[in-house]
Amino acid sequence: MTEYNVLAAGDTALIVDFGNQVDLNVSAKVLALAGRLNALKIDGVIETVPTIRSLSIYYEPLTVSAIGLERQVADILEHLEEAPATGRTCDIPVCYDPELAPDLEQVALQCNLHPADVVEIHSSRTYHVYMLGFLPGLAYLGDLPPELALPRRTTPRPRIPAGSLGIGGKLTCIYPMATPCGWHLIGRSPISLWDPALTRGALLRAGDKVRFKPVSLHEYRRVCSDGIVALPQPDTSH
Amino acid sequence: MSAALRILEPGLLTTVQDLGRIGYQHLGVPTSGALDPVSFRAANILVGNAPTEGALEIAYVGPRFIIEADSVNLACAGAEVSVDVLDDEAAVNGVRYSSMQSFRARRGQVVRVGQTAGWSLVYLAVEGGFDIKPVLGSVSTYVRGHIGGWQGRALAAGDTLPLRQSSAGKRDEFRLEGLDLTRPSRFRVVLGPQNTRFSDTSIRAFLDGEYTVSPATDRMAMQLAGPRLEHIGGHDIVSDGIAQGSIQVPGHGQPVILMADRQTTGGYPKVATIISADLPALGRSRIGDKISFQEASVEEAQQLRRTLLQQIDAIPSRIVPAHRTSDDLTTCLLTHNLISGIANAQLSLSVE
Repeated sequence: MTEYNVLAAGDTALIVDFGNQVDLNVSAKVLALAGRLNALKIDGVIETVPTIRSLSIYYEPLTVSAIGLERQVADILEHLEEAPATGRTCDIPVCYDPELAPDLEQVALQCNLHPADVVEIHSSRTYHVYMLGFLPGLAYLGDLPPELALPRRTTPRPRIPAGSLGIGGKLTCIYPMATPCGWHLIGRSPISLWDPALTRGALLRAGDKVRFKPVSLHEYRRVCSDGIVALPQPDTSH
Repeated sequence: MSAALRILEPGLLTTVQDLGRIGYQHLGVPTSGALDPVSFRAANILVGNAPTEGALEIAYVGPRFIIEADSVNLACAGAEVSVDVLDDEAAVNGVRYSSMQSFRARRGQVVRVGQTAGWSLVYLAVEGGFDIKPVLGSVSTYVRGHIGGWQGRALAAGDTLPLRQSSAGKRDEFRLEGLDLTRPSRFRVVLGPQNTRFSDTSIRAFLDGEYTVSPATDRMAMQLAGPRLEHIGGHDIVSDGIAQGSIQVPGHGQPVILMADRQTTGGYPKVATIISADLPALGRSRIGDKISFQEASVEEAQQLRRTLLQQIDAIPSRIVPAHRTSDDLTTCLLTHNLISGIANAQLSLSVE
């Protein structure tokens, strides 16, 4: 049986919480629960938001009761089998050139590696999309290899450019828009993970898999100027 | 001929909002939407719109704009505010209206919305609504993400907001009476979801203390200053979802209430959540206001939500034809003599 708590976030949201951890098995449960709950199309459930460690369920309490929802959650989790991977795999071009990677050298130093090793280690994994959050289209990817795990920068940057590739703890991400940021920046992607012109906005979904494809500075600039988004279009099933 | 409002001065922070962008938080998109959905609905109802129609949310200092349509029917609702309709850009004196009443203006006239009093926010609705394309199902502006509303940002001088209707409908002017916008003496909260990450002493201090709304407050977060909360086990948690009204406590120990433009997920413990029925009053609170809290159960909160929704449902029944005092009548007749057109013919219909 899965260990979890159902917590109230006020009178219109429930949090199904699996604990304070970054864990692929927990994420699989969160995403499977979200999928099953969404498929039920329960009257009064407004939206569900999967996060790294929990599922938020926003509901209209005058239509559906919290107790009823808790029962549905318990029922789903009791019968939850090993969830099949449903996400797509996306290759995302990233330029690790020092010109676009202000922290690469510092990260290499702190990890006792050469910058080229950092790039090699970072780009040779397939990452899992734990969640989208914080900013539109911002995907939290893991797990970062332990060799690259670092605490946040002591001084966050007030503003980083869109496309920046950051690492922090067990996670890595590409910032879809300019934002303040406390993570270490080791590259930049020429493509935008958030496109308001798309009917569904974000290019990645929780549960997708991501591989980073190193590109040269020249290639980075070419893709930037083309503005072509080579990723698969988001599906409409979620 | 196209119809629009052309902005001469934008005011302090004027944005297009509706009841929010629902269903995209799983993509990291905040809900946004009116901070005070009760007044927002009232403004729309006053001009005969569906209560969900996009309207302008005006904070503290209102805009000044010129009418580029044959005639428009407008209304402000929320904070007390004076609204002047001037004959042209050069005019100094005009006809003065207040919030909670509809009024008309015709092509070339200038509408000047003053400073809000009592509350921070007032909503301005236009009969027929703005002709703005929704983004992800909503016209709400999310300024940080440059999404929705008018070009994804607050209004600026020179903006021309297109209107769906080029002339005002043949309806009387109305007043909204007895809408109760008084704030609760204490804002009610459901403890959690991470109340166990704070000491009992801290939670007691939070519930017994008084906080001041600090100037750093915006549509994303209401920053408070008051008794400090102590974390148990640090202030970093693995990110989870953030409901509107969640009160998170970063390392500095001061509570921060997350509002309509809040990030969808975050990594600070949340001590409590403002109940949904108290969110509109919280949203219209002003910088410098004193705020305190009181614990409520989920069941109490849901009962209070029911009461609020009943109050919202009753707004149309509080709309009454605008009665005019003799002073108003004089002004109206003077205006009528000086100008002609459908707008003023309509105005005169409401004079008794």
